[in-house]
Amino acid sequence: MTDLTKLTAVEIAGLVAGGETSAVEVTQAHLDRIAAVDDRVHAFLHVDTEGALAAARAVDERRAAGEELGPLAGVPVAVKDVLTTKGVPTTVGSKILEGWRPPYDSTIVQRLRAAGTVMLGKTNMDEFAMGSSTEYSAYGPTRNPWDLDRIPGGSGGGSSAALAAYEAPLAIGSDTGGSIRQPGAVTGTVGAKPTYGGTSRYGLVAFSSSLDTPGPCARTVLDAALLHAAIGGHDPRDSTSIPAPVPDVVAAAKLGATGDLTGVRLGVVTEFSGEGAEPGVVAAFRESVDALAKLGAEIVEVSCPHFRYALPAYYLIAPSECSSNLARFDGVRFGLREGDDGNRSLEEVMSLTRDAGFGPEVKRRIMLGTYALSSGYYDAYYGQAQKVRTLITRDFTAAFERVDALISPTTPFVAFPIGARTSDPYQMYLADLFTIPTNLYGGPGISVPCGLSEGLPVGLQVMAPTMADDRMYRVAAALESAVGTFTPPAL
Amino acid sequence: MTTTLPAYDEVVARYEPVIGLETHVELGTNTKMFCGCPTDFGGEPNTRVCPVCLGLPGSLPVANKAAIEATIRIGLALNCSIADWCRFARKNYFYPDMPKNYQISQYDEPLCVDGYLDVEVNGELVRIGVERVHLEEDTGKTLHVGGATGRIHGATESLVDYNRAGIPLVEIVTKPVPGTGALAPEVARAYVAELRDVIRSLGVSDVRMEEGSLRCDVNTSLNLPGEEWGTRTETKNVNSLRSVERAVRSEILRQASVLDGGGRITQETRHFQEDTGDTRPGRSKETATDYRYFPEPDLVPLAPDAAWVAELKAALPELPRLHRRRLQADWGLSDADMQSVLNAGAVELIEATVAAGATPAAARKWWLGELSRRANEAGIELADVGATPGQVAELQSLVDAGKLNDKLARTVLEGVVGGEGSPTEIMTNRGLEVVSDTGALTAAVDEAIAANPAIADKVRSGKVAAAGALVGAVMKTTRGQADAKTVRDLILERLGA
Amino acid sequence: MAAISREEVAHLARLSRLAVTEEELDTFAGQLDTILQAVAQVGEVAAADIPPTSHSVPLTNVLREDVVVPGLTPAEALSGAPDAEEQRFRVPRILDEDVAS
Repeated sequence: MTDLTKLTAVEIAGLVAGGETSAVEVTQAHLDRIAAVDDRVHAFLHVDTEGALAAARAVDERRAAGEELGPLAGVPVAVKDVLTTKGVPTTVGSKILEGWRPPYDSTIVQRLRAAGTVMLGKTNMDEFAMGSSTEYSAYGPTRNPWDLDRIPGGSGGGSSAALAAYEAPLAIGSDTGGSIRQPGAVTGTVGAKPTYGGTSRYGLVAFSSSLDTPGPCARTVLDAALLHAAIGGHDPRDSTSIPAPVPDVVAAAKLGATGDLTGVRLGVVTEFSGEGAEPGVVAAFRESVDALAKLGAEIVEVSCPHFRYALPAYYLIAPSECSSNLARFDGVRFGLREGDDGNRSLEEVMSLTRDAGFGPEVKRRIMLGTYALSSGYYDAYYGQAQKVRTLITRDFTAAFERVDALISPTTPFVAFPIGARTSDPYQMYLADLFTIPTNLYGGPGISVPCGLSEGLPVGLQVMAPTMADDRMYRVAAALESAVGTFTPPAL
Repeated sequence: MTTTLPAYDEVVARYEPVIGLETHVELGTNTKMFCGCPTDFGGEPNTRVCPVCLGLPGSLPVANKAAIEATIRIGLALNCSIADWCRFARKNYFYPDMPKNYQISQYDEPLCVDGYLDVEVNGELVRIGVERVHLEEDTGKTLHVGGATGRIHGATESLVDYNRAGIPLVEIVTKPVPGTGALAPEVARAYVAELRDVIRSLGVSDVRMEEGSLRCDVNTSLNLPGEEWGTRTETKNVNSLRSVERAVRSEILRQASVLDGGGRITQETRHFQEDTGDTRPGRSKETATDYRYFPEPDLVPLAPDAAWVAELKAALPELPRLHRRRLQADWGLSDADMQSVLNAGAVELIEATVAAGATPAAARKWWLGELSRRANEAGIELADVGATPGQVAELQSLVDAGKLNDKLARTVLEGVVGGEGSPTEIMTNRGLEVVSDTGALTAAVDEAIAANPAIADKVRSGKVAAAGALVGAVMKTTRGQADAKTVRDLILERLGA
Repeated sequence: MAAISREEVAHLARLSRLAVTEEELDTFAGQLDTILQAVAQVGEVAAADIPPTSHSVPLTNVLREDVVVPGLTPAEALSGAPDAEEQRFRVPRILDEDVAS
């Protein structure tokens, strides 16, 4: 009998639609897998067994009634705990929201339900999506299925680990500086950050509003494209949502899978192709560039001189916005309240609540952002960072006049051992060195597995112009067709 | 403070006041500024809330088109330039009535800038510069529990209701207004009154100060002639026209007293006390507040194009000051008469009463006479006296139809003010209608003649003035419900005089 | 020279409503100093005539029609409240009486 957990989303949907299996069987198989391995992986913060089975039954009933099912009907999906789910706990990996059951669904979750997917539960993440290893989760780290002593990336390590551990065929992440792509790279899975405004932020608990982008995670490029198509598109509840149809990413992924990149010009970002990355990562990337050239792509070098300022600019803009976004966690309307002994004032209780509820990385960023926005420092820090953002955008615009898409390694290093970078916060920040420029620009980026370094996965990043998400899917799918997918050792 | 305050006239002869006003107006849109929750006043606590106005994690604001248009219209009515590109900004500070612990407001890019409003004070036109008009969201309401007075001081806990949170709030800031001298309090009051009338004429808010839909902060400073402007204080919590005037006056007196004593004015926020009419200092802060404004990333910029603004401008109504001029001509009033109408706050009431069918003279008579007297006695605004223009017009129509005489009409009006119903209902229920049944009236007349033969003879002999006594008698027996003129005519007819 | 002092960090903690301990202050002061020295690199870029970017989407005038949509019931609104009374959110006594707006 087929192991349903090893199938792609496309295969599962096909079996369900054809009546060869049921959504309930598929869901139960994944719930069983979670029960078997998640005590070791810790990808999930909450498994919604009853909700998942109910959703699966509904799909089976619709099929029995002869209803037309969507391309992902009956496929289980794991959702990063950054998205609100009505009545289902949503913690954002933080103690401050422990036990909170939102009274509303995020737009992404609504669309997942409408597409007939089956939400298995909520996945682990660095607290408030701040981190690159999932070690900053208040609920303990997620482990990389490739090596349980190593990190699965972050902040969306739970979603990517769930894919790599075959606990779910699809997952949702959110990418503010690389939180979908970098976990994808280090777990050997696919992670796509859509164009900012291409997927709705309504119900995405904000970290940095001008950068946060929800997006799809999967084990194959086509699965990611199907999920992207299901969740993307205009949402009137998000003022920054682009009122245009999602580019045809599914068709692009299918086109790319033919393995033909003739006529496609790809730019290797000079600044990101050697310095700062581990030799094994550089080697795997170089081999992949050769593979892309063999598929017919024209490869050129493109210099983006301001990309070196992306990381510092990001660590001013994102903390600034976060210092304001996280002000609402004050123990008044929801979540934790600490120290309300009947004597203390509101001000004291708020401060105790926030001190107890937030972890060190979140506090660091709140204070950093408060500093950067203070009068007297605003121009030198936040204001200057926003100007750098303009220059980075100009680098992208100039590059895309010469090439169709840019490529680089996704992250400078493979999965590192748990605990290796927590003592020095800035060392952790370097994990997002190559992914951050895309967020500042607002364009799409995808990480696709491109090889192994010392037995651990390496990802290649494809960056495309805003609202040209289809281009990156074509390139990623082509590379996938050339190098194949990567399977971790059995758990 | 026990210091004796100097005399006002003497103070303003020595010091020059400079005033400035910041006015917040709650817009009367159907929904809140950034979500679809209703904005009605009152309501059970936390019944008009959603994830957005509660600031729940993940929620996002979307700006209300009607609120943007209302703000642009206010800006245009105040002769402002409308920005062709501007952004919302976040103003960051912690307070429990503000769900996100930041307020979405506008900072250095307001929607409307650099306008003015002309106001009349004692027949003189004073031009008040308008610095900016911008849009922001209101806060929730906090109930302080456990203290003796319901105030924050001494309370043991507070309870928060977010129904008001997110209601669109327009802030209108004047430029500093120097040179008003002794008239500073009147100018401040006239400005707020005129602003209220302008906003009401635009139909964008009901601007009711007592419900808090128009709230005012007053800045005041004093300087010696020829010297630089003094340090200003900001007086908050000024919530009626009368209070605006009193707040400026009392702050002028207080500052003069400080300066006379060799002291310095501290730049601070003060709170107006309705009961005493003076201002008290707010809690002083250890450091100046840093609101850390930055562009609101959840909202995209506003860029009103010229065509949109022109369309809104074309649809502006006549401004109240010009409108009043026209009414004065229509009603045939002298400047002095019009001034008394204005002083009584009766323009719109008379206008509405006329619209409901009364003559201007009759409408003016009721509002400036009986109703003004009652409002003054009760110490309330004329508009809140308890009678509507429709009721006054109906009352007058009953008088015109001969169903009520003047005395009965006053009695009916008393019932209207007392909330007994419409004039017609009250007349019927209380049996106050003029006795117009000629049979009954003739009987009463004959009875009076029979009872007073000497007077009747006098009248018969041509002393018509003596008929008054007989009229009085008839009015007595009919308990005032007869029309005196009809009675008199009837008496003269019966006596062949 | 340190980019940020321990006293400044204490001030930031107060502004951010974080009751950090003395030990935390020491740790944060060192870490924030390292981070600030690194991010100060943005100052190397000559950008005097460069406009700032606050939004990456080229949208303006995203507005909503003024139509009421159903919100939450009071029970839903208060469902996550740490403390509620009389259908309102209960908070301890408030010290700071100054309210901006």
